[in-house]
Amino acid sequence: MSEIVNIIINNVSFQVEKGITILQAARKLGIKIPTLCDNEAIEPYGACRLCIVELEKGSRNRIVTSCLYPVEEGLIIKTDTERVIRNRKMLLSLLLTRCSENRVIKDLAAEYSIERPPFREKYWEKNDCIVCGLCVRACEQIVGVSAISLVNRGISKEPAPPFLEKAKACIGCGSCYYVCPTNAIKMEDRNGIRRIYNWKVEFKLKRCSKCGIPWAPEAQLNYIIKKWDLPDNIFDLCPNCR
Amino acid sequence: MPRKIRSPEELKKLQIELGRKANNGKVKISVCNGTACRPYGSNPVVQAFKSEIEKRGIFDKVDFRITGCHGFCERGPVAVIEPGNIFYQKIRTEDVPEIIDKTVLNNQVLDRLLFKDPEYKGAIEKLSEVGFYKHQNRILLGNNIKIDPTNIEDYIAIGGYSALAKALFDLSPEQIIDMVKQSGLRGRGGAGFPTGAKWESCKKAPGDIKYVIVNADEGDPGAYANEGLLTGNPHCVLEGLIIGAYAIGSHQGYIYVRNEYPLALKHITVAIDEARKIGLLGDNILGSGFNFNVRINRGGGAFVCGESTALMASLEGKPGEPRAKYIHTVERGLWDRPSDLNNVETWANIPLIINNGPEWFASIGTKGNTGTKIFSLTGKVNNTGLVEVPLGMKLRDIIFNIGGGIRNNKKFKAVQTGGPSGGCIPERLLDLPVNFDELTKAGSMMGSGGMIVMDEDNCMVDVARYFLTFLEEESCGKCVPCREGIRRMRQILNDICEGNGQESDIDLLKELSNHLKDSSLCALGSSAPNPVLTTIEYFLDEYKAHIIDKKCPAGVCKQLIRFFIIDEKCPGCGLCVKTCPTGAIKFMGKKKPVVLDQSKCIKCRTCYDICKMGAVGIE
Repeated sequence: MSEIVNIIINNVSFQVEKGITILQAARKLGIKIPTLCDNEAIEPYGACRLCIVELEKGSRNRIVTSCLYPVEEGLIIKTDTERVIRNRKMLLSLLLTRCSENRVIKDLAAEYSIERPPFREKYWEKNDCIVCGLCVRACEQIVGVSAISLVNRGISKEPAPPFLEKAKACIGCGSCYYVCPTNAIKMEDRNGIRRIYNWKVEFKLKRCSKCGIPWAPEAQLNYIIKKWDLPDNIFDLCPNCR
Repeated sequence: MPRKIRSPEELKKLQIELGRKANNGKVKISVCNGTACRPYGSNPVVQAFKSEIEKRGIFDKVDFRITGCHGFCERGPVAVIEPGNIFYQKIRTEDVPEIIDKTVLNNQVLDRLLFKDPEYKGAIEKLSEVGFYKHQNRILLGNNIKIDPTNIEDYIAIGGYSALAKALFDLSPEQIIDMVKQSGLRGRGGAGFPTGAKWESCKKAPGDIKYVIVNADEGDPGAYANEGLLTGNPHCVLEGLIIGAYAIGSHQGYIYVRNEYPLALKHITVAIDEARKIGLLGDNILGSGFNFNVRINRGGGAFVCGESTALMASLEGKPGEPRAKYIHTVERGLWDRPSDLNNVETWANIPLIINNGPEWFASIGTKGNTGTKIFSLTGKVNNTGLVEVPLGMKLRDIIFNIGGGIRNNKKFKAVQTGGPSGGCIPERLLDLPVNFDELTKAGSMMGSGGMIVMDEDNCMVDVARYFLTFLEEESCGKCVPCREGIRRMRQILNDICEGNGQESDIDLLKELSNHLKDSSLCALGSSAPNPVLTTIEYFLDEYKAHIIDKKCPAGVCKQLIRFFIIDEKCPGCGLCVKTCPTGAIKFMGKKKPVVLDQSKCIKCRTCYDICKMGAVGIE
């Protein structure tokens, strides 16, 4: 039985397990905090900053990242103060300037009534990636192959395969594609081939021995067979025919 | 190299022996061969001394010592000769035979090599009387002159490692931490966190494996205080580290040195080797039963790796990205173990506190800001160099008494303290006492002790743009406010400098600044707005001149200025005609003013700088 601590979120008292993050606590309690770089299956990273909240501690308040801050006894948290909203709006303005045509970012910004960022139009860029690192973290922590990593620094930072070449370790599972919050990863299954354009890779899809439909990259299935020491024919049938 | 020392008594004996050897009545020459003196030609000077001494076979009369930084970098190569405390500067190889003949062998002082302080209207013989040194309190840097950093005997001879012996045999770890707490020592890396409290938290943190780390990743442009210490006296840092390790309960230390400091790297490597051979590192140090080892790691050139969590990530072999410090590194740092990280200068103060007592240390400086601080005084001052002063000294005293005022009798405009993310402090705040709290209040910070002096020819908008450009390149790129925010701020500043500023820009810059302070993941992002906020606060007129009048009052921003010939002043000497790279200036005949063709002018400023008659104007 884990230790229970008392916290106050938006003037309401709650009891939660010690050690979980403010964001996890808020989620359990049904309090919405926006995030882009968080995924429950993956270690928090704190890059997008959208989940910032205000913490009342002693005489002065401070802004903390709720996805990283562990709850402790007596925390007083406010998730939508004027200061939080002001900072969140600026974050969205900055993201919108970077990704001026990205649907997800545009919609999220619109939720905070930002139709256009406060910067000159000549600064606007047309990126889709916000460098949240979810693809890289999923590849490392969930898949366990680390086919890609974040390279360079500052404004040039981006997820990429080693030496910006073809991602040799990639198994084509597409976890990066599914986990990406802004649809920045372009993946396509066509004619029995899966292509992930960002990592310059393509994979032959295994055909179901019954229905004949190509359903998963052979490389991925072989990786799973090897990793879990499964029988070689275990993936002969697709999930629908199994 | 002396034999292994197995007890504090043996150390004491060696100290007496080496002290006696040093007190041999020979003339002692200390030549600085530090990083700043080398480009001035100290290497050939050192060689000249060596060959001259050898040629004459006067080894019995001279003790020649190659040392690290003496501090007065402006006047390099420099040397000090004892007895007499004679300070020679701007030494050339040709001067060396005469120095030997006259000063070393015949006690005569060479006037032309002495420092001439305009203030005293004459040459000054003794180092201790030179204005640059006189106003300092060099408890750390002073030893640089006395020792060859690559010879552990020199350090032991001046009492080195006696603090370690005292710590290991006469003091408990708790007593050491109490002493550091009582001394009031605050972290010299910039944030000024109380060192004793940090050590105590690390000691108390659960876990049997703990690490101590020296942060020598001094990446601020213009700052080289850590370099000066690590190159000139590596053993004082090492001794401090071993004492700290013993107090905290750590058996493994790391020294993270930036790779751009080859000399510091070499000297600390030699120091560790020597200390290990002699029994001051490794197992059973001085027979105390305490074991401690240390490793050197070289930084890969990222400014952000000076941030403690990024440094630790880098030590682990990961990219140098900071992480949130909601769980402190003293609890979970390097490889998730309790880790104590301190700056080079912090560690270097430890032996002094142990030897002289915390009361002595606390008596230097002011309450809450005790001890001295080393500053890298650079920019438009007459005497650039490394200066060490008690905390609380006024900025004015550092810049004018030690720094000798502004070059070429120009007018002081601002001083930027604390590196690229420090702030610019204006003339009206020159009487500010330099300490952690006052600098922060003024919108700047202590940082690693950079102090860049600017004069009337510096454009403050351009200065802000310069530092933001640096920070934009050095942001690790992990969090949105820092990566995107600094970039936008730099773009806005760029537009202002190029005459495309809008009146709303100042508010937008302020808004972005506050956002970065609130929301950035680490101190790089949250302190990045300082150069912008302070220049807006103290030099708003310059911003307005750029934005509204499209003028750069300091004559720096190329798009906003125009060079012209002042006909009445131009003697038609043609010097500017010869040096103009684009042939924009036309010679019109002797004693006739030259003519400048605006369409060809690239505003490189060469004519302005070369004209001795002041006949080139900027508007």
